[in-house]
Amino acid sequence: MMEGLDDGPDFLSEEDRGLKAINVDLQSDAALQVDISDALSERDKVKFTVHTKSSLPNFKQNEFSVVRQHEEFIWLHDSFIENEDYAGYIIPPAPPRPDFDASREKLQKLGEGEGSMTKEEFTKMKQELEAEYLAIFKKTVAMHEVFLCRVAAHPILRKDLNFHVFLEYNQDLSVRGKNKKEKLEDFFKNMVKSADGVIVSGVKDVDDFFEHERTFLLEYHNRVKDASAKSDRMTRSHKSAADDYNRIGSSLYALGTQDSTDICKFFLKVSELFDKTRKIEARVSADEDLKLSDLLKYYLRESQAAKDLLYRRSRSLVDYENANKALDKARAKNKDVLQAETSQQLCCQKFEKISESAKQELIDFKTRRVAAFRKNLVELAELELKHAKVSFVT
Amino acid sequence: AEVVLDDDREDLFAEATEEVSLDSPEREPILSSEPSPAVTPVTPTTLIAPRIESKSLSAPVIFDRSREEIEEEANGDVFDIEIGVSDPEKVGDGMNAYMAYRVTTKTSLSMFSKSEFSVKRRFSDFLGLHSKLASKYLHVGYIVPPAPEKSIVGMTKVKVGKEDSSSTEFVEKRRAALERYLQRTVKHPTLLQDPDLRQFLESSELPRAVNTQALSGAGILRMVNKAADAVNKMTIKMNESDAWFEEKQQQFENLDQQLRKLHASVEALVCHRKELSANTAAFAKSAAMLGNSEDHTALSRALSQLAEVEEKIDQLHQEQAFADFYMFSELLSDYIRLIAAVKGVFDHRMKCWQKWEDAQITLLKKRETEAKMMVANKPDKIQQAKNEIREWEAKVQQGERDFEQISKTIRKEVGRFEKERVKDFKTVIIKYLESLVQTQQQLIKYWEAFLPEAKAIA
Repeated sequence: MMEGLDDGPDFLSEEDRGLKAINVDLQSDAALQVDISDALSERDKVKFTVHTKSSLPNFKQNEFSVVRQHEEFIWLHDSFIENEDYAGYIIPPAPPRPDFDASREKLQKLGEGEGSMTKEEFTKMKQELEAEYLAIFKKTVAMHEVFLCRVAAHPILRKDLNFHVFLEYNQDLSVRGKNKKEKLEDFFKNMVKSADGVIVSGVKDVDDFFEHERTFLLEYHNRVKDASAKSDRMTRSHKSAADDYNRIGSSLYALGTQDSTDICKFFLKVSELFDKTRKIEARVSADEDLKLSDLLKYYLRESQAAKDLLYRRSRSLVDYENANKALDKARAKNKDVLQAETSQQLCCQKFEKISESAKQELIDFKTRRVAAFRKNLVELAELELKHAKVSFVT
Repeated sequence: AEVVLDDDREDLFAEATEEVSLDSPEREPILSSEPSPAVTPVTPTTLIAPRIESKSLSAPVIFDRSREEIEEEANGDVFDIEIGVSDPEKVGDGMNAYMAYRVTTKTSLSMFSKSEFSVKRRFSDFLGLHSKLASKYLHVGYIVPPAPEKSIVGMTKVKVGKEDSSSTEFVEKRRAALERYLQRTVKHPTLLQDPDLRQFLESSELPRAVNTQALSGAGILRMVNKAADAVNKMTIKMNESDAWFEEKQQQFENLDQQLRKLHASVEALVCHRKELSANTAAFAKSAAMLGNSEDHTALSRALSQLAEVEEKIDQLHQEQAFADFYMFSELLSDYIRLIAAVKGVFDHRMKCWQKWEDAQITLLKKRETEAKMMVANKPDKIQQAKNEIREWEAKVQQGERDFEQISKTIRKEVGRFEKERVKDFKTVIIKYLESLVQTQQQLIKYWEAFLPEAKAIA
C-alpha cells in the first residue's frame, strides 16, 4: 500500500513553494539563491534536489542542481561547527532527520484493519493518513531548505568552500553516517562541553551586553522548550478530536442509510456537517502545527545555536585570561616569554574577533526572531479566523 | 403527524444554511426562542432554545414545551405537564448519606390537586417507581422508560464527602438523567394515569423502596430472573405470522448496534476535547512565561495576548465538551437503554405467545384424554375430562385475546416510540450543532481581537 507513495511525483507544486521560509524571514539576493526544487521519498530516505542560482564567479555555471540526502546536510553543518574560523557566528541549526515512522506505522495499521471498517470509513481514513504523510514530507523539505537559505544569506558562511562543494558537486559526497565509535566520541565531547560550559559560565563578563544576552538566552531557551512541548501536545489533541469527528460522521452516515425515512435523511445531512467540521478541525490543527509548533521548535534550535556561540566566546575569554596569567608567570620567571606573548596575542585576537562578530550575530538573531514571530503569529490569527468563519453551508 | 416532520426538516436546514457572522441580522432569530422569520410559518417550532449559561454547571433543558405539543393536543395527546429535578442536597453522613432531589411539577391537568407542587425524592425512590411501573405495564406491551443506572463508585465518593469536581459532575449528571427519565415517563399517556406515578409526584412522604438495592435479596432475584429469561428466549421458536414484528425487531437490532457505535465515538470525542482543554491551558501558561522572558517589548506583549487568547479558547473547549456530553452522548445512552426496553417488550410478546401455544397443546391433550375415556367408558372420568376441556378452552381463548392485545399495544407503542425518537434526536442534534456554531463565533471574536496585536509587533 505504501508503494503508491514511493517514487512519488513532484510533491512540490508551485503553490507549495510558498511554504519556503515559513519560519525565517530572509532576504535572498541575486548573488546566491538556493532552494529545494524537488524531493523524492523512497523506502527509508528522502532525496532532495538542491537548486542554485548564482552570479558569483566561484561557480562554473549560473544555474545548476544536485541531489542530496539528509546525511550530507548534517555533514555540511558539522563542518561549520568544527571550523575554528566560524566560532564567532551563530551556526544555522541542522535540519532534523526526516521521520516518517509514525505515519508509516499508522498507514500499516490501517491496512491491517481494512476488514473491520466500512469501505467509506476506510477511504476516508486512508485519505487523511496520506494527507498527513504529505504534510510531514513538506515540512521536512521546508526545514532543509531553511537551513540552506540561512547559510546562503550569511555574508561569511556563504563563501565557505564546503558549502560550494555541497551545492555544485554533482556526485555523491560519500558522506557516511557516523559509526558507533564516532557517535560515542560525540557523546563524550558533548558531556565535556556541557561540563565546561558550566565552568565557563561562572566567569562574569565585563561586557554588559553579553552578560545580559547570556541571562536572557538561558531563560528564553528553557521557556521556548516548554512552550514547544506544550504546543505539540495541544496540536495533537486537536488532531485526535478531528479524528473522532470522522468516526462520528461515518456512524451517522450508517444510521442514515438504514432506510429512506425522514429521520434517515436528517442523519445523512448531519453526517455531512460532521464531515465538514472534521475538515475544518483538521486544518486548524495543521495550521497550528505549522505556524506555532514549528516556529517554537525552530527557535528552540536557534536559541541553542546562539547559546553555543556565547559558550565559544566565554571559552575564548577564559583562554585569553589564562594566556594572560601564563604570560605574567613567564615574565616573572623570565622563561619562554616570547612563546607566552605570541600565545597571549593569538588568544586576544581570537577573543576580540569572536566578540565583534558575536555582537552583530546576536542583534541579527533578535531581529530575525521578532520578524519570524510577527509573521507567524499574524498568519496564525488570520488562518484561525478563516477557519472559524467557514459556515456550515450545505 | 407526518406533515409536521416534513416541514420540520425543510425549516431546520433553511436556518442551518445561513452564514452567521457576528453582526448578521439572522443571528438574533436563531438565538431567540421565537420562530425564525426564515422559516415558512406553517409549523413554527421552538427548536432553538436559549443559550446554555456558561457559568453554572447545569445541563440544558432538553424538553422545552414546543408549539408542536400544543398542536398535538388537538390530536388527543395532552402534554400539559412539566417536570423539573433540581437542588441536589446531601442528607446525612458517611455511608448512610444520600442525595435528595427536588422534583417540581407544573401542570394544568385536573387529575392533580394543585397546579404547581414539589417534593423531595432520593435516587432509590426513582428506582422504586420504575420497578412498580415495569411490573404493571411491561408484560402487556408498554414501553416503560428505563430509570438511570446505579453507580456504586460514583455514589460512594459523594457519600464519603469528596468535594471535588468529579463528584459535582457525577451529581449533575445524575440530576439531569433523573429529569429526563421523569419527563419521558409523564409523556406516556397511559403511564401518566398511573396512581403510583401520581403518588411519586405529589405525596410528601413516600414509603422507602428497599428492594431496589443492587445487592439485596430482591436484587439478586431480579438478576436470576433475567438470566432465566435469556435462556427461555433462546428456546422459544415462534411462528411469526405477522411480518411487521419480524421487521421491527430486526430494525431495532440494527439501530441498537449503530447507536452503540456512535455512542462510543462520541464518548471518545468528549475525552479528547477534555484533553485538548487541559493542553490548551498548559500551553497558555507556557506562552505567558515565554512572553515574560522576551525582551522585545511589542513581541512580549503579543505573546502575553496570545496566552490570554488561548486561555479563553480553553474555556470554550470546556464548554463544548460539556455540550458534547450532555446533549449528544447522554441522548445516545438514553436511547440505547430505551431500545433495550423495547426489545424487552417484544420478548414479553413472545412469552405471551408461548403461553397461548402451551394452552392449545394442553387443550389438545385434554381432548385426547376425553376421547380415550369415552372409549374406555368411564363416566366419572369423562365428566372430569369435559370440565378440564372447558377450563382449557377458556384459557386458550384468554391466551389468544392476551396475545392479540399485546400485539396491538406494541404496535401503538412502537409507533409512538418512533415519533418520539425522531423528535428527540432532531431537537437535541440541532441544539448541539447550534453549540458548535456558537463556539465558532466566539473563536472569531477572540482571534479578531488578537490580530491587531500581532500586527503591531515592530
